[in-house]
Amino acid sequence: MSNPNVSTEPVAKARNYQYVLEVENVRKEFPGVVALDNVQLKIRPGTVHALMGENGAGKSTLMKIIAGIYQPDSGTVKLRDQVVKLPTPLSAQEAGIAMIHQELLLMNSMTVAENIWIRREPKNSLGLIDHNKMLQMTQDLFKRLNINLDPRAEISELTVGNRQLVEIAKAVSFNSDVLIMDEPTSAITEKDVAHLFSIIRDLRAQGIGIVYITHKMNELFEIADEFSVFRDGKYIGTHLSSDVTRDDIIRMMVGREISQMFPKEEVEIGEVVLSAHNLCRGKDFQNISFEVRAGEILGFAGLVGSGRSHVVETIFGVKPPDSGHIEIKGQRVNIKSPQDAIRNGMALLTEDRKETGCFLPLSIQENIQPAVLHERYVKRGFVEQKTLDQQSNDICAKMRVKTPSMFEIIENLSGGNQQKVLIGRWLLTDPKILIMDEPTRGIDVGAKAEIHRLVTQLAHRGVAVIMVSSEMPEVLGMSDRIVVMHEGRITGILHRNEADQVKIMDLAAN
Amino acid sequence: MAAVLSEGELSPSTPPATKAKRRLPQEFSIFLVLIGIAALFEILGWIFVGQSFLANPSRLQIIILQVSVIGIIAVGVTQVIITGGIDLSSGSVVAMSAMIAATFAQSSDWPKLIHPALTDLPFIVPLAVGLTIGAAAGFVNGWLITKTKIPPFIATLGMMVSARGIARWYTDASPVSGFTESFAMIGNGLDRWMPVVIFLAVAVFFHIVMRYTRFGKFTYAIGANPQAARVSGINIESHLIKVYMIAGLLAGLAAMVAIARIKTAQSGIGMMYELDAIAAAVIGGVSLSGGRGKILGTVIGALILGVVLSGFTFLKIDAYYQDIIKGGIIVLAVVIDQQRQNKMRKSR
Repeated sequence: MSNPNVSTEPVAKARNYQYVLEVENVRKEFPGVVALDNVQLKIRPGTVHALMGENGAGKSTLMKIIAGIYQPDSGTVKLRDQVVKLPTPLSAQEAGIAMIHQELLLMNSMTVAENIWIRREPKNSLGLIDHNKMLQMTQDLFKRLNINLDPRAEISELTVGNRQLVEIAKAVSFNSDVLIMDEPTSAITEKDVAHLFSIIRDLRAQGIGIVYITHKMNELFEIADEFSVFRDGKYIGTHLSSDVTRDDIIRMMVGREISQMFPKEEVEIGEVVLSAHNLCRGKDFQNISFEVRAGEILGFAGLVGSGRSHVVETIFGVKPPDSGHIEIKGQRVNIKSPQDAIRNGMALLTEDRKETGCFLPLSIQENIQPAVLHERYVKRGFVEQKTLDQQSNDICAKMRVKTPSMFEIIENLSGGNQQKVLIGRWLLTDPKILIMDEPTRGIDVGAKAEIHRLVTQLAHRGVAVIMVSSEMPEVLGMSDRIVVMHEGRITGILHRNEADQVKIMDLAAN
Repeated sequence: MAAVLSEGELSPSTPPATKAKRRLPQEFSIFLVLIGIAALFEILGWIFVGQSFLANPSRLQIIILQVSVIGIIAVGVTQVIITGGIDLSSGSVVAMSAMIAATFAQSSDWPKLIHPALTDLPFIVPLAVGLTIGAAAGFVNGWLITKTKIPPFIATLGMMVSARGIARWYTDASPVSGFTESFAMIGNGLDRWMPVVIFLAVAVFFHIVMRYTRFGKFTYAIGANPQAARVSGINIESHLIKVYMIAGLLAGLAAMVAIARIKTAQSGIGMMYELDAIAAAVIGGVSLSGGRGKILGTVIGALILGVVLSGFTFLKIDAYYQDIIKGGIIVLAVVIDQQRQNKMRKSR
């Protein structure tokens, strides 16, 4: 194992090469799918190289090959002009390639310092772990990276943003030449993003080649020097980010024009369908009152942690409120569980696909069907499988779920396709009130546009839509009115024509 | 409801993802393993013992009779495991149900009566008592797990110890015999095939439940992801209680079949049955992490266990070795299951 003492020194060994990492003609097949079709990727030292492409384009597979998780069927990976074999993640790490996964892989019950130096703990003369030295090393590392965290804190006490910083520090401590970041900003606040970017710039200045996977176009222009686009397992091209426009990139990614990202259409707004009156729940939120009408899209904006998800959870009966009440079509209802909510025509697309959305080990079919079984397609306890399968297939086809069959395990689908299946689950129930919590987080541009179009269509049919979203363009583009929350309170409700980014940020930051 | 999506706006540009293409069911390969093991014993039989293993109707009958009691329990345990839980109490619940129900099954001409006032009752009375006690034990398991949120392992471990205690205490550890003719039929009727008939009936019934009913679908959903199941409107608590009650009820039923067949109940009955039942499920491909597995697999798993044990006896292998090898088979089954799961999870 590398000597941990060196690790807090700046990295420079890759600087003199034209490319720090070169991937050539890499091919990877999975049963039934060509995940990568002879792709290439060349990373210069001291640059941030963005990787763009829809979900399922092959970015993750390529990154997993570079990080030693998968083996390519053919092709080569060169590190500093040397062809390298990376049979395991450990060998990639030792060769100087570190990857920060989208799902952070830290041990929650251990401290920051223990997580960073695991397997490389400094030992004292007795061969026991020298905790003081480990703390000192962590502090040195943090000083260099401008991170302000207590090395003794337990990971479980940290915010997602801070956990990300720990992962970065850990990656840097390996003295890596290549740092792969898989959607590092998908779950952190604006403030954390700014900090993250300043750290990335520092690392770039030290000569590290950074591979940055993202779906967010503005990040690309802000942080990336170059970018490569992949589509359907194929390499499309590499360009300087200063040479292109947003539309160029989208065209490269989807291979087709996306005329309008947010197809907001005038929809006739009907009666009030759902109203919340002074809902309070512990420290999560207080005095929440709002209403949503048939055909209306009510956006919920705010910073991460402002309590928006707690509010929609409570409306859907996942955690009942301490006080306040909910009315549906003017009738006071008592919603104590998701069953009650479903019975009242509600549907909730949850924020976290993996944790509370997908039944990962089950098939698409089994994933799409459970919610509707409370009300329909069941006779005397027996499921009317044929009709239900037919309807499920229809919905999947219309939503363009890309899969070899309905019996495919949902875990094997890309994020965008998983999300479509989960939306399909609720479409089957024919909801009157559709609540969506971050409906397009972490999914590709094409799927995003399809989901937006679908939401517009539902509004046309008189469905009342509540949409929690942290993506400003999405909230501004889709909503008729926007509820802004800050620390568990509503700080303002804006109409579509009076809302803009500045006003929302103002209210969100209060 | 597909009306929500109008054809025009989201028209499929990619071919619809509907063509049915099922993988070959896992149960098929497990069945092949069963055939393979039986064939192996057949060959070894000719080599070492000089006779056929399979061409022996009475041996086959014994195998399937022995499998039946474990099999009935395993059908319940399978459902518990599919919810992501575990039931360690079934063996002890068998003993508790057996001891208590047995005292309602005695015939008046037997010299040692526990309840002299309650003799010569129709068989339905002890049967109902046995099933009720089993279901009640399951209810307690389920209630503990859902209300106090303790892990199923601990809740059912507690039940395992306590139920065995109740079984001993109830008759002061003395065995109960002298059953009425009608009660003994539960284990000996239909020309001695009754246990098999009951086992198959239970297996078919719950196969249908797991596959074709809402109840079954919800069981899988809870095991696959309890949080997602909750958001999908499934009442997890009441469902889990029902599943544990089914497991308890089937343990009670197995107890009735077992004591009626051997015509005596003693408090040591059912020792380690819970582990055999779990082993049958695991060998049958039921995933201990929940969400995956079939009743059919468990039935085949139980048959594999039965054939292996009978085969060992047939080959005159020492009982100690039998246990050692049985343990190895269980571990091997889980290893195979894990590798299978990794293969399915190809994630891009």
